[in-house]
Amino acid sequence: MKYVPPGQAGSIVSVQPRYENFIGGKWLPPAAGKYRVNLSPATAKPICEVADSTPEDVETALDAAHAAKDAWGETSPAERARVLNAVADAIEAHAEQLAVAESWENGKPVRETLAADIPLAADHFRYFAAAIRSEEGVISEVEGVGDKRRLVAYHYREPLGVVGQIIPFNFPLLMAAWKLAPALAAGNCSVIKPASPTPWSILKLAEVIGDVLPPGTVNIVTGPGAEIGKALAANPRIAKVSFTGETVTGRLIMQYAAQNIIPVTLELGGKSPNIFFKDVAAADDEFLDKAVEGLVLYAFNKGEVCTCPSRALIQEDIYDEFMARCLDRIAKIKQGNPLDTETMMGPQVSKAQIDKISSYVDIGRNEGAEVLIGGKRAQVGGEFADGYYFQPTVLKGHNKMRVFQEEIFGPVLAVTTFSDYNQAIAIANDTLYGLGAGVWSRNYDLAYKAGRAIKAGRVWTNCYHQYPAGAAFGGYKISGIGRETHKMMLDHYSQTKNLLVDYSPKPLGFF
Amino acid sequence: MPEPGGQHAQVSATPAAREAVIRLRAARGHPLMFVQSGGCCAGSTPMCFPAGEFIIGSVDLLLGEIEGAPYYIDSRLHAAWNNAELILDVAPGDPEGFSLGPGGGMHFVVRSETCAPPGQAT
Repeated sequence: MKYVPPGQAGSIVSVQPRYENFIGGKWLPPAAGKYRVNLSPATAKPICEVADSTPEDVETALDAAHAAKDAWGETSPAERARVLNAVADAIEAHAEQLAVAESWENGKPVRETLAADIPLAADHFRYFAAAIRSEEGVISEVEGVGDKRRLVAYHYREPLGVVGQIIPFNFPLLMAAWKLAPALAAGNCSVIKPASPTPWSILKLAEVIGDVLPPGTVNIVTGPGAEIGKALAANPRIAKVSFTGETVTGRLIMQYAAQNIIPVTLELGGKSPNIFFKDVAAADDEFLDKAVEGLVLYAFNKGEVCTCPSRALIQEDIYDEFMARCLDRIAKIKQGNPLDTETMMGPQVSKAQIDKISSYVDIGRNEGAEVLIGGKRAQVGGEFADGYYFQPTVLKGHNKMRVFQEEIFGPVLAVTTFSDYNQAIAIANDTLYGLGAGVWSRNYDLAYKAGRAIKAGRVWTNCYHQYPAGAAFGGYKISGIGRETHKMMLDHYSQTKNLLVDYSPKPLGFF
Repeated sequence: MPEPGGQHAQVSATPAAREAVIRLRAARGHPLMFVQSGGCCAGSTPMCFPAGEFIIGSVDLLLGEIEGAPYYIDSRLHAAWNNAELILDVAPGDPEGFSLGPGGGMHFVVRSETCAPPGQAT
């Protein structure tokens, strides 16, 4: 089915001409009164205007968050869990509208937002609702029993206060959920900045969950990174900063955090290897079919995924046969209207993004990579003629080429072969990054060994691109610090209070 | 390490980019610096900051200068990019990350020597 684009007659998604910041549970105009046009990448036409905020707006949001933080921090875990579950219920009740809004603003096909982005966002709030209710401190009897001194150490998790969160354009709502759910569960208030290309869908989310959240717990400020990104990340009034994006901004955020002596969590991308051992082709069965899809998943979300399996390493014995099946599957990828449930790949998020992807394909060609399929902008035609569509592309080459080393953030797969296990692992680990990886084999001993040998935070084994709450996600090497989508994230959003209590009346005896 | 602006400079700029750097510096009233990014989302983008905003470490390499603005890259990224010579340019789009932009709906981009249209680099 085809959804009507937001804002058009008959659409399930309403669009106001202009959106303000969501601060303290209210919609507040930006202090400087400036707005910017927000485009859909499918048509390159405006969706709406959003606030073009300035540092003053960040301060207003921080005021609201600080006003709310004590009450929220003292709320019982049961009450926080109730609110998080209510957020999840509200997301679910508006799942279709949010899926359509997300798809139209980002360009990702609605089949993905309906099946993954939105249900996963709701589930992350439920997961952290459950996690916070089951959190327990630890108690230890540090010293002495009976007649001796009775010293007991109680450990409590206390919230940090107000946190700053900066999210990327590739999964605007899911990344918001990944960051907001643990922060709120742990008792913090957030000032969150969406990415410049995708400021709108999170404002639609605020419409849906705004009444459920106590005012000031979540504050959303839109605008350019140079203006408000630093104003938030370097602000002495935040107690922690969390960022998903590229490495230079990651370093800058750590630098600001160092000045304020606050913790950071960072997720900075990858160049994820996807290894196919020869036994995947040992039979022509459902598993082989799954492995073929596992390679083609580089086109998921048009390749704009930090863990995009953008380097396929295929054992040379099966390369011809396996790649032929994959290319056949890639050729069947349907591009077009992201709001058509039949569409498999939508447009890239922006003109800047598609220009970068094109330039990387040129770099690959100039380095001697062979274009096996795709390689240029896709002509979708009709009302999407100006959309930022790129053909799903496969480049064959070797791991020293730049297209094997740098994250292209588009539907461009770099494929190469390996002769044996050792070479596969050597190629897989020959990268600056270490976020995701895939291993495909019918031999679980081999798959286990490979999974443990790959220097990456997540190794999908006989699967790829699954993001369930409860499985820790984060990077090795320069891919970042911290682990999201797991209850261990609660540690990143809280601090330990130790009460050291002496139940003995006896003095120490020093003085 | 190459001499800034010297004949071994590994970064150059198109006339449009040079003009943008001069204009941006004048508009802001302070010197500028560039740092080459990598990784997720806006990876591969040249980030432009007020000079001194980004702390340069021993891992960073000075590739050259564009109109007095030093251009740095993480030496590991430089190696991964096979020491490619970079060409700073401007193109339509919003500045990424915390980067300053040249204004007018443009952002700084980087091209590699082999990909630049002939005659565009200076």
